[in-house]
Amino acid sequence: MVDITPADAVPPAEVGEMELYHPHSWWTKYVFSQDAKVIAIQYSATATAIGMVALVLSWLMRLQLGFPGTFDFITPEAYYQFITMHGMIMVIYLLTALFLGGFGNYLIPLMVGARDMVFPYVNMLSYWIYLLAVLVLVSSFFAPGGPTGAGWTLYPPQAIMTGTPGGQDWGIILMLVSLILFIIGFTMGGLNYVVTVLQARTRGMTLMRLPLTVWGIFTATVMALLAFPALFVACVMMLFDRALGTSFFMPAIVEMGEQLQHSGGSPILFQHLFWFFGHPEVYIVALPAFGIVSDLISTHARKNIFGYRMMVWAIVGIGALSFVVWAHHMYVSGMHPYFGFFFATTTLIIAVPTAIKVYNWVLTLWRGDIHLTIPMLFALAFIVTFVNGGLTGLFLGNVVVDVPLSDTMFVVAHFHMVMGVAPILVIFGAIYHWYPKVTGRMLNETLGQFHFWVTFLGAYLIFFPMHYLGLVGLPRRYAELTDMTIMTDSAHHLNSFISIMAFMVGFAQLVFLFNLIWSIRHGREAGGNPWRATTLEWQTSETPPVHGNFGKELPIVYRWAYDYSVPGAKEDFIPQNVPGSFGTSKESA
Amino acid sequence: MSVILVFLAVVVGFVGWWLSHQRLMSKPWLEQGMAGDFVALDRSALPTAKIGLGVFLAVVGCLFALFTSAYFMRMALSDWQPLPLPRLLWLNTGVLVLSSVALQCASVAARRGQLDTVKLGLVTAGITALAFLVGQLVAWRELSTDGYLLSSNPANSFFYLITGMHGLHILGGLVGLARTTAGAWNGARPERLRLGVELCAMYWHFLLFVWLAIFALLAGWAAAFIDICRQLLT
Repeated sequence: MVDITPADAVPPAEVGEMELYHPHSWWTKYVFSQDAKVIAIQYSATATAIGMVALVLSWLMRLQLGFPGTFDFITPEAYYQFITMHGMIMVIYLLTALFLGGFGNYLIPLMVGARDMVFPYVNMLSYWIYLLAVLVLVSSFFAPGGPTGAGWTLYPPQAIMTGTPGGQDWGIILMLVSLILFIIGFTMGGLNYVVTVLQARTRGMTLMRLPLTVWGIFTATVMALLAFPALFVACVMMLFDRALGTSFFMPAIVEMGEQLQHSGGSPILFQHLFWFFGHPEVYIVALPAFGIVSDLISTHARKNIFGYRMMVWAIVGIGALSFVVWAHHMYVSGMHPYFGFFFATTTLIIAVPTAIKVYNWVLTLWRGDIHLTIPMLFALAFIVTFVNGGLTGLFLGNVVVDVPLSDTMFVVAHFHMVMGVAPILVIFGAIYHWYPKVTGRMLNETLGQFHFWVTFLGAYLIFFPMHYLGLVGLPRRYAELTDMTIMTDSAHHLNSFISIMAFMVGFAQLVFLFNLIWSIRHGREAGGNPWRATTLEWQTSETPPVHGNFGKELPIVYRWAYDYSVPGAKEDFIPQNVPGSFGTSKESA
Repeated sequence: MSVILVFLAVVVGFVGWWLSHQRLMSKPWLEQGMAGDFVALDRSALPTAKIGLGVFLAVVGCLFALFTSAYFMRMALSDWQPLPLPRLLWLNTGVLVLSSVALQCASVAARRGQLDTVKLGLVTAGITALAFLVGQLVAWRELSTDGYLLSSNPANSFFYLITGMHGLHILGGLVGLARTTAGAWNGARPERLRLGVELCAMYWHFLLFVWLAIFALLAGWAAAFIDICRQLLT
């Protein structure tokens, strides 16, 4: 509205206590770097590499499901190993690492106007421990007996028994050790992300002026710091059960006529611990996606975000609520009906802040100057898939509906839509959006269009029919479905169709990878601010930003992050570090 | 899972209190330029390292709250046989209190600039903390020679697991303490030394608190206390 104080009254912004680390050699500059931007790229590259493994595993699963009996090398044991590793890699080693380690490291310091993370050395350590965790995970593919096939939830007692692949071999041990390492590494990074947002914001960057991307990553990190310990506890206790013969989770069991040494343990205890981590994990992946997509929509529709305050409150509200819904993953564990009632209620309440966010995205688009750039296409696709997956979430949140559907393909379709496809679409959009900042060049537009349409339509054609397969009763977690009465010809053809689509979508990702590498040298020169965006990362003096991010002085922030199409302003965007008032944007929350 | 939920409620309460001071009701789209109180909102006056440690302690607290939750849930099952705690644990508790007190003295001395007292406090804290760890190992040995093995009963398993986890955290703290002590001898800048000592003291007090809590838990007082509370409520 009005300029509150003249610009010259503001002291120059500089973080005095932070002494920048200056690398001296090639090794400390590009390998053992303490620069958050380099660490971000290391995180992203590692996550993408291990994600490709998970993609190939999904192909192998679809080969078996779509064309059962054709491929002899896919035994039921191998199928369970594929399914376990696919799930674990995608959820933890790809999505969590890429959103928080990748985007968090790159964007937080740049967006809040800091020179680097507050504890750069710990930040570097975080990446190397993550890499170690990935290597331990990969090593389980080469261990005797292969990786664990316990399912990504690793439910005991089956996870550590002879019948499960890797249960009495190295598989489960390497899996648990890898998870423990991941959590230690993540905690180191997470401390950085949180404290950087708290302490290293530049002058004028109040919390309510933060871009929603930062709000999303920040809240997700806080949640992850509080949720991952539950997985840590579960992993350590299961490791004790498996390696030292304790009975935390293992009940008395007779296996092949032989009494095992365990007795009296509670598998339900593991489920509580696992899902106390597992449900917040859904939002750890979703909240950064929510934040990023808000910024993509606002920038590419040239319009301020609708209801910024509501968006912030919704992010914080979802973060808090997500800790009291975990048992909706356990409706079929035989729990007390009143518990089911309680958790169904909290689960459905979460739909309220989530719906607020969806409405706000749509209302931001309304009468906006929509540019159908590739990031925008991905953002729009996200809204569609997320709404779709969210609606089936309302089905499954109710106990009576969940119980019959719980072990069917319907659940597979639901969680892939809502926490698989939707966040990954945002990741793609975000990569197309920020790639010019990271490399100085645009990604190829034609390849991008191809990538978008095949991925979006293909993913829809994979997971939408899967709901129907689930409704007719097709069970999940089965390697072989041919001899069942519900496996009609049409269901079988649908399965084959889904498999073919999966191969096509996978192929499009290879094109995307090619585009990422090819454009580093051959892409169109982007300039400093190709999307004409307002946030601070686009206002750096150099592109890609050098170590230290900004020039001699840190920018001073005079406005919020969404001053697009302000009436009376010369251009249709006003960067956050431009002083002066240009009228006011009209929408309010 | 009630222990962890209570812990999280405390965390949420603190976060809510902090957020309520961050002008969450403001309308950023109407406010341009810089206001005086904006500058105060930039960051906390506390040193960044202290806030970092505070966040880390919240994570550690969460970890032990989860172990406690698991302890209570497993305890409710029929095969639980509580183990007699070695009397040595009382001595260990005293030693750990001493360690914490020594660091508190060092922290006060650092504020006053008395370098010799700081050095004395740091070394005392280090030696007593090591003594605590040795004491814990001796307690483990006592228990295992008396036949209370790790896998023979869940109560034993939890005892070794939780005390071990606590010991590992002390061990990690000793690394930090060693670095600060080395700094005191090599002439670190006074304000840097002071910060280091204060961080160590903060971590030590927290681990002492955690130890007292898990001591009460392992000795069975925590369960008795909760029973009394439950009876009062019903």
